[in-house]
Amino acid sequence: MEAAMATKEAVQERIQIPLNPESLSAERIAYLDDLVRQAKAAAAVFTQFTQADVDRIVKPMVMAGLEQAQHLARLAVEETRLGVMEDKVIKNMVASEFVYNYVKDKRTVGVIREYPERNLAEIAEPIGVLFSLTPITNPTSTVLFKCTMAIKTRNAVIFSPHPKAWRCCSEAVKIMYETARKHGAPEGVFTCLESPTLPDNAYLMKHKDVALIDATGGPGAVKAAYSSGKPALGVGPGNTPVYLEKSADINTAVVDIIISKTFDNGTICASEQTVVIDDEIYDAVLKKFADLGAHICNEKETRVLERTVIDPETGFMQPMAVGQKAIDIARFVGLSVKANTKLLIAPIQGVGREHPLSVEKLFPVLSVYRAKSVNEALKVCVDVNHSGGLGHTAVIFSRNDEVIRKFGEVINAGRIIVNSPGSIGALGAVYNDLVPTFSFGCGTGGGNSTTDNVNIYHYLNIKRLARRTQNHMWFRVPNQIYFNMNAVENLGQFTSTCTIIVTNAPLERIGHVDIVRRNVCPKTHVHVVVIPDAEPEVKVIAQGVEALNFYKADQIIALGGGSVIDAAKIMKLKYESPEADLEYLAAPFLDLRKRVVEYPTEKSTRARLIAIPTTSGTGSEVTPFAVLTDKENGRKVTLADYSLTPDVAIVDPQFVMSMPKGLTADTGIDCLTHALEAGVSNYASPYTDSCALQALQLAFKYLPIAFENPRDEEARSMMHNASCIAAMAFSNASVGVNHALAHAFGARFGVAHGRANALMLPHVISYNASVPTKFMPSPYTQGYVAHTKYATFADLLGLGGNSVEEKVTNLIRAIEQLLDKLGFPKSIAELGISKEEFERAIPELAKNAFDDPSWRSNPRMPLMTEVVELFWQAYAGRGQAKAKVAPSLAASTLEEQAL
Amino acid sequence: MTSIAEGIEINDQTVTAAVELAGEKLNSAQGETMLDFSFVRRIDASTLRALEELARLADEKEVKVTLKGVCVDVYKVLKLVRLSRRFSFVS
Repeated sequence: MEAAMATKEAVQERIQIPLNPESLSAERIAYLDDLVRQAKAAAAVFTQFTQADVDRIVKPMVMAGLEQAQHLARLAVEETRLGVMEDKVIKNMVASEFVYNYVKDKRTVGVIREYPERNLAEIAEPIGVLFSLTPITNPTSTVLFKCTMAIKTRNAVIFSPHPKAWRCCSEAVKIMYETARKHGAPEGVFTCLESPTLPDNAYLMKHKDVALIDATGGPGAVKAAYSSGKPALGVGPGNTPVYLEKSADINTAVVDIIISKTFDNGTICASEQTVVIDDEIYDAVLKKFADLGAHICNEKETRVLERTVIDPETGFMQPMAVGQKAIDIARFVGLSVKANTKLLIAPIQGVGREHPLSVEKLFPVLSVYRAKSVNEALKVCVDVNHSGGLGHTAVIFSRNDEVIRKFGEVINAGRIIVNSPGSIGALGAVYNDLVPTFSFGCGTGGGNSTTDNVNIYHYLNIKRLARRTQNHMWFRVPNQIYFNMNAVENLGQFTSTCTIIVTNAPLERIGHVDIVRRNVCPKTHVHVVVIPDAEPEVKVIAQGVEALNFYKADQIIALGGGSVIDAAKIMKLKYESPEADLEYLAAPFLDLRKRVVEYPTEKSTRARLIAIPTTSGTGSEVTPFAVLTDKENGRKVTLADYSLTPDVAIVDPQFVMSMPKGLTADTGIDCLTHALEAGVSNYASPYTDSCALQALQLAFKYLPIAFENPRDEEARSMMHNASCIAAMAFSNASVGVNHALAHAFGARFGVAHGRANALMLPHVISYNASVPTKFMPSPYTQGYVAHTKYATFADLLGLGGNSVEEKVTNLIRAIEQLLDKLGFPKSIAELGISKEEFERAIPELAKNAFDDPSWRSNPRMPLMTEVVELFWQAYAGRGQAKAKVAPSLAASTLEEQAL
Repeated sequence: MTSIAEGIEINDQTVTAAVELAGEKLNSAQGETMLDFSFVRRIDASTLRALEELARLADEKEVKVTLKGVCVDVYKVLKLVRLSRRFSFVS
């Protein structure tokens, strides 16, 4: 609560910064070192104390403070000649009783707060040795307050009182120390500097064993504290603006202001300085002030005050006026006032050096300003706030919530007191629920690190015990999935007025569209949008959306491979939310749940999306992804959001019976890659694992059969299911570095996605199974498990092996054999790409692969050099890859790393 | 290694006296000596002073002083006042 006096004294103090500790004698340094040594030992011993130990000491200290309140107040007034004894008694009692009431039930030792829902706990660590400056204006109350806080937080304090308040402060320290010791506090926990000097302060502020400076003092002391290089708490100067708005209760406001401004003769730095009064109530307010004992100065008297209580050279208040009674000030400057005058009120016409009384005045002189509008009043308050009061305190009297809120927004003050006295209101706990304090943080505006009412938590290092959290995961798939031969018959149950079938020309030609037409709800008008059999382009999407709008469709059936289904997803998005900006929605992200961009939730219309895949690989019928080609700008846009997931998937094998062999192989390997990558993904869960494993088993068994015998209904059906199930896994667990490599390579050399995947797959398994150069941070996984998961896959496929390493090697061999059987090229070289051409492409390939979001869920973080190495391995060809599982990893049992 | 506070049960109440006694007996210690802190749960400023004096005497007489079974709370106090580096510790 120190009045940070912006007086001439303070200016001189400021000039002396940096303080020079070199002027100290050797004896003095030895004395200061000894004080710190004692305090340090006390602080160290204090760390062993429990909460009960501490609380046992605090209470009797507070009782002693209450008992000695009058004694200490009397000493303070006698010594400093400032303030009002009766008010200082109240301050001492507030510093004891109100502060105790706040701290008594607070935990300050060990675990002080727990947040079980966040798996967080806060643990208190004492600070150690505090070096504390105490002020002349509130000497004993500040000591009582700080002693209570220090004991409650297990810290030792070396006090350096203002030299003109040393006797009363050292008495207060002595009372607190003796009481604390009597109840078990460590020896040396409080000491008070004998005959403190500025060089003493400078020396102690820089002492290696002083942990924190708590500078409740003038601006010079505060600045010295912050300049010392030590952590510091400090207050800044105040200049409290008050807005008395026309809706306020005038009687309450005037009484509160008088209480506050005359309390301890205005020495509290939070007390009112300039009252800005609305024009409508100005006269009534001044009359009320006069009725209640204030003297309203005329223009001449105001000029006299300006010349006398404010130093014309510095513009700051004169020390002789600080803490003096109004009547004494009036007498001293030659004003004739009534004998019972409590307060001198001086009307001013503006703020700044040309209006001397607009500065901080720590005595019962109050300036008032007549404002013609709310806007003008607020502006004048801002001016006062910026004239030496930034970050400190402001006051408003009003019944208008809007004005109160606006005042709070435009004024920079740590405490904005509403409809109550500024000085006592800012103290906290009396007129409001602010934390009780005798030290006001003033934020950066006042050169402080906090705007808080300084309290016990500023005397603690608070440690956060952050336990690992079990993040929420998800398993999101379409509401309905129909599968097996003729599952398309389920279409009939979905009522629709108008259905658009999105498909491509070959599928229309071979009669697939007719099958769909026959099965839709009979009353539906059906229209067909035929799009090219390629990744959807922006203009294709636009045409589709036009058709949807034209027919006012309420159902979209996507019949086709991944490209067609992706196109339908984006058409639906643009149809339902025309404002959706696809480029914005495709912005990069690390974790889908924490992504910055938000997909539109407001829909201007709604349409059901039913996906009927005609290939067995992409699984787009159940995924939340869609890829769009922006040919104009020469790039691909990948959209990912669960709102893109189709509402219904119909996995009917009749639509894949005629797939050519090459497409069967390409899409089949895509499916297998999805299962393998989702299986070892950092986002894998028991839900996705079950899908990945099932898809892997189905694909391994039925892909060769479907490839060899395309008309085998069971094989086609099971591969179709495998594709959908693998997609459910990777929709929720994502894929990995194999896809990142394949995307980059496929796009650069025009190689089909499945084929590109196949070229990378054995090398990526080997890579993921070995000891990572760099582990991928992931809260979802515990330890590194990719190698054991591959081994589990090998076990489920019956591939044999006696160790993790053998099993992984067997998995790689089995995949290579499958690729051979499906006729895939063994290497990139086999595609006819020369080594020189590939070498030239490598930088771009590596960059694009690294930019690809797919690898972010890969168990191993790929380094750029490793990406390049993987490309070269794929260029050289398969047959070389084998597991290089480190012994420590290989030793883990499958049970330990169970899926 | 000799135990220089043999016969004295060192606990929270006797720890200061035991450390002081250890200081007095340092003359007869040969090279290395040990104080058993297993039953000491808390120390105060007087114990710290005694330990500091013991460390000083040990340095002077070139005797290595080992503190046995120091609990972590007491260890932290020694660490904070930078006394821990002047002793050896065994569990």
